[in-house]
Parts: sequence; structure tokens; C-alpha cells
Amino acid sequence: MYKVILEELPYLLQGVLVALELLLAFISLGFLVGAVLAVMRVYGNRLLVLLAILIERFFRGVPAVVLLFLFFYGLSGVPPFVAAVLGLGLRSAAYQSQIFKGAIQAIESGQMTAARALGMGKLKAIRCIIIPQALRLAIGPWSNEFASELKDTSLAYTIGVIELLRRAKYIVSYTYGNNTLLVYGVCALMYLVLVRTGNVILYRLERRLAIPGFERREEGG
Amino acid sequence: MALTLVIEDIHKAYGNLEVLKGISFGMQKGDTKVVIGPSGTGKSTLLRCINRLSPPDKGQVWLEGEEITHSKSNINQLRAKIGFVFQDFNLFSHLTALKNVSIAPMKVMRMKKKEAAKLAMEELEKVGLGDKADAYPAQLSGGQQQRVSIARALAMSPKLILFDEPTSALDPELIGEVLEVMINLAKDGMTMLVVSHEMGFARSVADEVIFMEQGVIVEQGPPQQLFASPKQPRTREFLHKITELYGEEREKGN
Repeated sequence: MYKVILEELPYLLQGVLVALELLLAFISLGFLVGAVLAVMRVYGNRLLVLLAILIERFFRGVPAVVLLFLFFYGLSGVPPFVAAVLGLGLRSAAYQSQIFKGAIQAIESGQMTAARALGMGKLKAIRCIIIPQALRLAIGPWSNEFASELKDTSLAYTIGVIELLRRAKYIVSYTYGNNTLLVYGVCALMYLVLVRTGNVILYRLERRLAIPGFERREEGG
Repeated sequence: MALTLVIEDIHKAYGNLEVLKGISFGMQKGDTKVVIGPSGTGKSTLLRCINRLSPPDKGQVWLEGEEITHSKSNINQLRAKIGFVFQDFNLFSHLTALKNVSIAPMKVMRMKKKEAAKLAMEELEKVGLGDKADAYPAQLSGGQQQRVSIARALAMSPKLILFDEPTSALDPELIGEVLEVMINLAKDGMTMLVVSHEMGFARSVADEVIFMEQGVIVEQGPPQQLFASPKQPRTREFLHKITELYGEEREKGN
């Protein structure tokens, strides 16, 4: 019974790799778009603020699977992986923009004033002064987002991305359901290890980037 | 002789509240002027109107003949020539003292990193903080932070430095070190407009003291004259209160 796991381990690990590739691709997209949305929300004129709010509301208000279907079936001919990156990435952008918005607003307004007084334009001040500080503040809440998005890579199986969960399902199918609990159990364990590893790395990163003289957050769940 | 700074009929209102009701004066190169007056009379607003951090509603400001308030002026370029020292320092909290001083020369004046670091070190030494170059703002005392912020202003070789109550947020024992730096600057010929109630500072280096109340200049003149024989009853009353508050001893100490 356990032989099946040993035999199929490489196959499952490849699924882990696919999941990680997918995560890296869409969380990066979410990061870039999320940062832009957050800056639009905090510093933009009314039109930009409104636009950012609309995008944010839409991608936060529609279930992930529905987004995946919209991108996969809506953009005909697009590979499942790309559809997953777009659907999950833009959804993540909406969530990440909330994190970044909070982080930017937590920075004292005097930082911006001082930068402007030195002759920096608004965008330069945002880039050189605000963003570096906001990103440090964002790492904590961002690690939650990271964990939940890592788990949500499994949703991509609904549009045919052959990632970890999909592979587990294949194994269960061709062994006629004899190992259901075992295979899904191993699959669950793999997600668990990935999430914990990611969180530990992010926590270390946060500590390394911490500004000397400031309080640090304790390592949490 | 062309004036370094000319302020002409500046008005500023926040909603219905008229904060500045027509302020005008000029500063020559090397002048030190100290603005005093009760809180809420628009002293800080005046400084912010000068470099358009708060754009004035009406009136003009010229820096060396260039109109700052003109709608087509290159405001970032002009601001780069005007140092601003804030009451609560506003050092960039993610940067070391050295980087706080070198970032504007690098990002605004496009100076090379190495060159900017060298300049920053010189400016830090000028304010007596060469040994704190690698410290972050949160690791420095208030007085040290304010001196770094003066170094940050100096690194841009400003034509003028505006000081917005630079010692008001400091513990009494830290005020002296900041005033000393400012006194040296004034003696070196820096053009300085200082909002402050440090009478000792005003007395020892100010060319002129400006008493502002409710958005207008009530009286102005050399410190000896203004402190010894103010013409307006309001000035006299205010100076009396200030002296009571700050005490004679402090004045002599400075």
C-alpha cells in the first residue's frame, strides 16, 4: 500500500514544482499590480482612486474558481497555466493592494513632506522613501497572503493545470481508489511543509530587514 | 543688491480660517531672521508657503529673483535650494544618518554615490556627528536627529534654510547642541529664517526679529531694539510672557 507513494513520489514532487512555479508567477504579478493599486489608492487623484477601488472590489468579490473559469474559458485558447496566473494573480493583487495600502498609510506623513521639501517629485519620494519603508511593514501581513495563495494554487486543478492536487487525484484514480486517504494525506503534508517553510523564510527576511531601533514582531503562527 | 528671498503679500486660508493675511518681507544673503508669536498665528504656515509645501492662496515668493509661486516654476528644483528643518526632524527612518544626508544629493542632484557619501560625511562632521554616520534615526537622541536633519539640509548647498521650531520637540538638555550648530551656521553666513522662541538665539545672531500675530506682522526690528523697547503693546505683552516662561537664566546661558 505504501509502495504506491514511494513509486509516485517523483511524480508528486513534480506537482509541487508546478505549484511553486504557478505561485511564483501569479504572486509576483499580484505584487506588482497590488503595489500600483495601493499607490493609486493613497496618492492618486479621484479618477485613479475610483479605478483602483473598482478593480479591487471586483477581484476580491468574485470566487477564485469563478475567476479561473472566466479567464480560461473567456480567453479561448489560452493555456491553463496562463489563465491561472492571470486569474489568481489579479485576485492576489486586490488582496496585496489592501496590505500595501495599510502599510503606506502607517508611515508618518512627515516622511513624504521631508522628501518633497528636499526637491524630490512625488513619484521619486514614493519610490525612494515610502515604498522601502512600507514593504518592511508589509512583510508580516504579506506572509499570511503568501500562505493562503500557496494553498490556492490547488484551485488551478479545476482548469487543468497538472499541479500537486491534480496529480494526487490521478494516482487515486488509476489505483482504483484504494489509496485515497493515504495519497491525499501525503498531499496535505506537502502543502503543510511548504507553507511552514515559506513562513519561516519570510519571518527571517523580516528580521534581517528590520530597521535598527524599532520594535520587532514575535514569530507567530 | 538683489535679495535672496522676497515675500510679497502672502495670504493663506484653510477653509474659513484665514491663517496668513498679507505677509511681506525680504531677506538679504546671510541674514538671520527669527519669527516669534503665539501658536496658531501662522508661523509654520508661512514657512510652508515659502517652498510651496502649502501653496499660498495669494501673493508671491521669489528666491534669488526666481518666482517660486509662479505656476510654471520648476518647484522641485527650487525646493532643492531651500533647506527645511522640521520641528519633529522627519529623518527617513529606514536610512542611516549618512544615507539620510546623501540621498537627496544622489536622487535630486544626481551626484555619484561615492561623492555623495563623502559630502554627507563632511556635513555630519560639521554638525559634530561624524561618529554616528552608521546609526539609524531611532538609535539617535532628539538633539542628534535634529543635527542630522540640519546636515541633510546643508548637503544640498541651500540658498536659504527654513527652521520650523527646531528645538520645540527636544528635551531641555538637548536644545543647546542644536542651537550651537545653528549659531555657527548663522555666523558662517547662511541665510536663515527661523521660527523659534529661543530668545538667546535671537539675541545673539538674529539680524531681525519678526513678531507675528493672527496672520499679520505686528512689529519687526533688530533684537536689541525689539526686546528692549517694543513699540506695540501686544509685542511687549508677548515678550513678557515668553521671558517668564523661559526664564532669565536660560537666556544668559545661551
